[in-house]
Amino acid sequence: MSANPPVLETKEVTIRFGGLTAVSNFNISVPKGSIVGLIGPNGAGKTTCFNIITGFYKPTQGEVFLEGKPITGLPPHKVCEEGIARTFQNIRLFYNETVLQNVMIGGFVRQKSHWWMPPLMIPSCTREERELRETAMALLDSVGLGKLAGEISSALPYGAQRRLEIARALATKPKFLLLDEPAAGMNPQESQELMDFIKRIRTDFDLTILLIEHDMKVVMGVCEHIWVLDYGILIAEGNPEQIRTNPKVIEAYLGEEATQNA
Amino acid sequence: MSLDMFIQHLFNALTLGSLYGLIAIGYTMVYGILRLINFAHGDIFMLGAYFVFFGVTLTKLPWGIAVVLAVALSALCGTVIDRIAYRPLRDAPRISALISAIGVSFFIENLGLVVFTGLPKPVYRPDWLVEVINLGNIRILPLALIVPAIAFALVMGLLWIVYKTKPGLAMRSISKDIETTRLMGVSVDKIIALTFGLGSALAAASGIMWALRYPQIHPFMGVFPGFKAFIAAVLGGIGSIQGAMIGGMLLGLIEIMAVAFFPALSGYRDAFAFILLIVILLMKPTGLMGEKLEEKV
Amino acid sequence: MKTPNKNRDLTLTTAAVGLLLVFLWWANGHLDNYKIQVLNLIAINSILALSLNLIYGFTGMFSLGHAGFMAIGAYVSSLLILPPVQKEMIYILQPLIWPFSVLQAPFFIAVLAGGFAAALLGLVIAIPVLRLGGDYLGIATLGFAEIIRVVFTNLTPITNGALGLKGIPNYANIWWNYGWCLLTLFFLIRLINSNFGNVLKAIRDDEIAARAMGINTFKYRVVSFSIGAFFAGIGGALMASLITTIDPKMFSFLLTFNVLMIVVAGGLGSLTGSIIGSAVITVLLEWLRFVENPIDIGSFHLDGIPGMRMVIFSLLLILIILFRREGIMGMREFSWDSLISRFSRGGEAR
Repeated sequence: MSANPPVLETKEVTIRFGGLTAVSNFNISVPKGSIVGLIGPNGAGKTTCFNIITGFYKPTQGEVFLEGKPITGLPPHKVCEEGIARTFQNIRLFYNETVLQNVMIGGFVRQKSHWWMPPLMIPSCTREERELRETAMALLDSVGLGKLAGEISSALPYGAQRRLEIARALATKPKFLLLDEPAAGMNPQESQELMDFIKRIRTDFDLTILLIEHDMKVVMGVCEHIWVLDYGILIAEGNPEQIRTNPKVIEAYLGEEATQNA
Repeated sequence: MSLDMFIQHLFNALTLGSLYGLIAIGYTMVYGILRLINFAHGDIFMLGAYFVFFGVTLTKLPWGIAVVLAVALSALCGTVIDRIAYRPLRDAPRISALISAIGVSFFIENLGLVVFTGLPKPVYRPDWLVEVINLGNIRILPLALIVPAIAFALVMGLLWIVYKTKPGLAMRSISKDIETTRLMGVSVDKIIALTFGLGSALAAASGIMWALRYPQIHPFMGVFPGFKAFIAAVLGGIGSIQGAMIGGMLLGLIEIMAVAFFPALSGYRDAFAFILLIVILLMKPTGLMGEKLEEKV
Repeated sequence: MKTPNKNRDLTLTTAAVGLLLVFLWWANGHLDNYKIQVLNLIAINSILALSLNLIYGFTGMFSLGHAGFMAIGAYVSSLLILPPVQKEMIYILQPLIWPFSVLQAPFFIAVLAGGFAAALLGLVIAIPVLRLGGDYLGIATLGFAEIIRVVFTNLTPITNGALGLKGIPNYANIWWNYGWCLLTLFFLIRLINSNFGNVLKAIRDDEIAARAMGINTFKYRVVSFSIGAFFAGIGGALMASLITTIDPKMFSFLLTFNVLMIVVAGGLGSLTGSIIGSAVITVLLEWLRFVENPIDIGSFHLDGIPGMRMVIFSLLLILIILFRREGIMGMREFSWDSLISRFSRGGEAR
C-alpha cells in the first residue's frame, strides 16, 4: 500500500471467549506515518482488536508486531512502554485529578526516578519532575488545554475531556496511537476540529494512528486506509473510495446508515 | 484413630458444617445481589440465640414458640439493617456500604454488651434434644441428627422459594442485572428486603441451634462463625446457595478433622478458615460452584 | 500547582512546627500524665491513620490488615528493647529462643526494625493478595491479620503466647512519638505530591486506564501496600512502648476498626484529614470513657455501662458514612492559602 515500513502488524490474530470466536484471522499492516481506520457494525469486534493490540486480551492464536518486534501477550503497561498508547470508547480519565496531573501520569512511563526518591529529596528526581511538569504544560498548550491545567478533569466539558485523553496518551511518547471512537458524541463542527487535530498531532508527534469510528465523515475524511470488520472477520480493506463502493461493505455496514450520509 | 472415633468426629463435622452453611447462605444471597459483604450477618446469628434465651427466661414462652418468634424477629432485624444502613448507600461506592456494615456489626455487638452484658449465659435445652443415644460404641446427641436434618429442610425450602416462586425469580433476576430488573417493574427494594429477611432467618436458626450445641451465648459469639461462614460462601462460590451449603460442610469437615488427626494444631484452629480463604481466592476465586464475574475493559 | 507563595508557606509551616514543639515542651512540663498520654495517642494514631490512608485513601486498596502489621512492629521492637533479664522473667511457659533472648537495640533502631519487619510481611502478603480487588482484598487482609494473631498466640517460644510481653521499657515519650509522626507526615506528603503520588491516585481512580498509560499497577500497589505496612509497624512499635504491655488479643479487628474510623472521619485521600481525624477521634474516644465510668449526680448513682463507648463510636461511623461520606476534609488538603483566604473573608461570609 505504501513504501513506508509497517509500524504495527497483526498476523492471523484470533481470539475465542469460551466457544465464541470474537475475532478471527485478523491481519493488518499499518505503514509508518499513516492514519488508518477500523470500522464495522456494533459488536463486530473492533474494540476487542484494540484490547488485543494493547495487551488487555491475549489472543488465542496469532501474533502482534510493533516495528517488527513481537509484542503478543505482553501486559498492557509493557505494551505502552514499547510505544503504543490508546484512548477508550467511553473516556477513562483520572477524574479526581487535575488536567495537568492526568498528563503527568501519562509521562510517568518515561520517568527514570524511583518512588523512594521524592521523600528523600534526591536532586536529580526533583529536576526530572520539574521537567516533566514543564513538558506536560507544553503538551497541554499545544492541544489547547493550557488554560485548564489546574482544573479537576471531571469538570471539563465533553470535547475537552476527549482531547485531554488524547493528550494523556501522547504524554507516554507513543509511536503508535489507537483512538477508540474519538468523535463519539461530537457535533459536526467538533468532529471537523477533531479531524484537523488528529492530522496535526500525526505530524507534530511523528505518529502513526489507528482509529475506530462510527462517524463516516470522520473516517472518510481522515483515514488513508480502512479495514472493515464484521462478525470478527475482515471483509474488506482499501482507501476510502474503495470502501465506499465495496458491495460487501455496503451490505454489512454502510447499508444501514452511512449510504444516506455518504 | 478408631472407626468409632472417626464416625463421632464425622457427626460433629456434619453439625458444625450445616451451621456454617446456614449462615453462609445469607452471605451468599446478599453478596450475589448487592456485592456487599454483610458484616452484620454474624451478629444476627447471635441475636437469634439471645431472642430465644429471653423468650424462654423473660417472657416464659414455651420453647418452640420462642424459637419461631426469635427467627421472625431476627428476619425483621436483617431487613431493618438493610433499610437503615445499606439502602441509602446503593449508589455510593461499594466500599461505603461495606464500611457501614462493619459499623453496624460493631454496633450490634456492643449494644449486645450493653443490653445483655458480657457474661456468657447458659442456654435452656429441651431434654429430648440432649439425651445421649448409644449406637454401638458411638454416643451421639439427638441434636447431631436433628441439626443437619433441619438445615437440609430449610435449604430445600429456600431453594423452593428461589426457584419456584415469583419473588424467587425476581431475586435471581436482580443478581444478574439489577437495573434491567428494576425497569421490568420489579420492586427491587422489596425483593432485597426479602433477601435480607430470608438470610437473617436462616442465620438466626443457625444461631439457635449453635446455642443448643455449644450451650453458652455471649454478645461476640457471632464474630468467628460469621467470618468462617463468609469464607464457606466464598469456598462454595459466592452467589450459589447450594455452594454455600457445600462450602459450610467442607469447612466444618476440615476444622474438625484437622484437629482430630493432628491434635497439635488445635491452637491454630481459628486460622484454618482464613488460610483456606486465601488459598481459594488465589487458586479459584470463583469458588467451587460460582460463576465468573468479568471486568469489562 | 502554581506556588507564588512558596516561601510564605514554608515560613508558615516552619513556624507551625515550631509552635507545636513549644506546645509539646510546655505540655510535657505542665499537663498531667493522662493528658500527655492522650497527646501521645494522637501522634501514634496519626501515624496509623496516615499509613492506612496511603493504602486505602490514595491507592484504593481496601485493607483490613492494619492490626496485623502493628502486631509485627510491636513484637519485633519490644523484643529488641526488653532487657534480657526482663525477658527471662516474663517467659514463664517456655524460654525465649536464641537469638531473640540476647538481641538488643537502641529504641530508634528497634522501632525501625519493627517497621521493616512489618513492611517485609506486607510485601509477602501483598504479592498473592493484591491480585484481588475491592472487598475480597478487605476480607483477605483481615484474614491475614487474624492468622498473625493466631500464630502469635501459639508461637510461645518467641512471643510468650497468650501471656504477651510485660514491662516493655517506656521509651516512647512525647518527643519520639511526635518525631515519628512528623517524619511520617513529611515522607508521605513528599511521596503523594510527587508524580509517583499521582500514579497511586491514578490506580485508585481507574486501574485499567492506568495500565494503558504504562503503569505497572500491580508493582506500585505492592509498593504502596508495603510502605503503609512499614508505618503501621512503626505505629505498633511506638504503641507497645507507650503502653508497656502487649498480647495477641490486643491486635484484634477492633484496632483496625479504630484506625479505619479515623481515616474515614478525616477524609479518604487527605493526609491532613488523617491528622485532624486522629486528634478528633482520639479525644472523642477518651472523652467517651465517661459513659463507661460510674457517675454520681447528687444522691443518684449511675453504674458505668461497659460497651456504651463502642456503641456510640460505631453509630458515629455509620452516621458519617450515611451523611458525610467525604469525612472532615474529603480529598482536600489543608493549605495556608485556603486558611488565609478564609480569615480575610472571615467577617462577611458565614
